[in-house]
Amino acid sequence: MKIVVDMDLCADHGQCVYAAPDVFQLDDNGKLVYKAEADESQRDLVEEAADVCPMQAISIED
Amino acid sequence: MTGAPAQRVVVAGASLGGLRAAEGLRAAGFTGEVVVVGDEPHMPYNRPPLSKEALAGDLAFSALEFRRRKSVDDVTWRLGSAVAEASLGTREVVLADGSVLPFDGLVVATGLRVRRLTLPAPEGGRHAVRTLEDAVALRADLRPGARVVVIGAGFIGCEVAATAVGLGCEVDVVAPEDVPMQRPLGPEVGAAMQRRHEAHGVRMHLGRLPAVVEARSTGADADPGRVGAVVLDDGTRLPADVVVEALGCVPNTEWLAATGLDIADGVRTDGWMRALDPEGRPRTDVVAVGDVARFPNALFDDVPRRVEHWSIPTDTAKRAAPALVAGLAGADPDPAPFAPMPSFWSDQYGARIQSFGSLGVADTVRVLEGDLDGEFVAGYERGGELVGVVGVGLMPSLMKLRAEMITALQPR
Ligand SMILES: Cc1cc2nc3c(=O)[nH]c(=O)nc-3n(C[C@H](O)[C@H](O)[C@H](O)COP(=O)(O)OP(=O)(O)OC[C@H]3O[C@@H](n4cnc5c(N)ncnc54)[C@H](O)[C@@H]3O)c2cc1C
Ligand code: SF4
Repeated sequence: MKIVVDMDLCADHGQCVYAAPDVFQLDDNGKLVYKAEADESQRDLVEEAADVCPMQAISIED
Repeated sequence: MTGAPAQRVVVAGASLGGLRAAEGLRAAGFTGEVVVVGDEPHMPYNRPPLSKEALAGDLAFSALEFRRRKSVDDVTWRLGSAVAEASLGTREVVLADGSVLPFDGLVVATGLRVRRLTLPAPEGGRHAVRTLEDAVALRADLRPGARVVVIGAGFIGCEVAATAVGLGCEVDVVAPEDVPMQRPLGPEVGAAMQRRHEAHGVRMHLGRLPAVVEARSTGADADPGRVGAVVLDDGTRLPADVVVEALGCVPNTEWLAATGLDIADGVRTDGWMRALDPEGRPRTDVVAVGDVARFPNALFDDVPRRVEHWSIPTDTAKRAAPALVAGLAGADPDPAPFAPMPSFWSDQYGARIQSFGSLGVADTVRVLEGDLDGEFVAGYERGGELVGVVGVGLMPSLMKLRAEMITALQPR
């Protein structure tokens, strides 16, 4: 599963981190870092992360 | 098999709560028909940017539509049509155009609308911010140099003030409270927010209410149909090209008046988001989600409250949808307590105010880290127990406290 975050939109809310911590993290400066490729077993959590992103910056490309 | 194909769920309200409810019904295995009825002409879109990025012009109004899960591709959207009335006896809703939609299950997701001024006032130049059209219209009036009077100093009023300052407007804020955002944040943190606004040139008129809204009666651009000034209850006269009414919201529940449901302040529900009948018993065929729902959160207590946070429509829909599907199948819902961690943010002057937990139930506020005029974390305690946090910056500390609260606040 391929994950794309529109970094122009992302405003480092970190909500995705609570939903799918194995894929999304905030670094020491509070900036988003994420895995562009995740295992299929993460799909539900990544869908949830996309739901709760206040900027709706996350898309999942199959 | 949950939900026979012949069953239909009607979702009233096509915003965040309605969308998440439709997605939740599919996630819970409901294979029947889902019809979402919304009075706005748009597919569900994101409201928070309407007072921030989109109002400032940094984000296109056309970019606000929510991403939708593929599971709702087969959902029927009846947009631009309001639900006028619901009957639980016959299990049908009547739309404003007279059409009748029978249902097996009903999701109430009709949210809130802005409480408008009750004073007589000309229409031109008056604004509120709830819908896309509201924000587009306000944006057009926020020209550099425009004199903007914001009535109300809650989060939305304060965000509009900050955005208007950023656009080069001159801003006055009028509110009955002693400090901005007083009810959620408390006096100390609110006072710090007031200093931030004033440092950006906003004039705060607190403990005041508007007494008269005058039309633009003099000058080359005199126009009896446009606002010209707001006169406060102490006689202060604030010249105004634009008046923004941000005195809070009221639940959209009039269409439920004939149902007998408890709609005293939003739709009262149990911990499964099931609407309560006049005897206080949960209906198994009606749930409410999002801003319109008044529900108990087991993290804090059993008192039902309305919570106007963006996180709540998603949390409540995820709880309500499986409960409704269970109800339609004659089954009991998941016995686990409902205990979502509330989350709220507000962006003003490039600083983000982030909160977790329930500030409203706290009796004591303490600065835990930093300085209220810079980056800080404030702890909100009830009986010595941390029930909420608010911070500007210091995200790692906030995230740690959020995790600690989730562990400490066992569902009760
Ligand atoms: C300007 C603004 C800024 C915000 N900023 C933040 C923020 O920074 N952080 C945060 O946490 N939250 C914020 N919020 C709050 C957040 O947007 C709301 O909590 C969220 O929109 C609630 O979603 P909802 O679906 O429950 O209700 P709503 O979004 O109110 O949707 C209800 C829908 O139902 C429709 N409707 C009403 N009556 C009927 C009827 N009879 N028939 C059919 N349809 C009907 C309405 O037109 C609307 O489309 C903000 C809200 C606004 C308006
Ligand atoms: S939730 Fe959205 S805005 Fe926040 S860090 Fe994740 S992608 Fe960025």
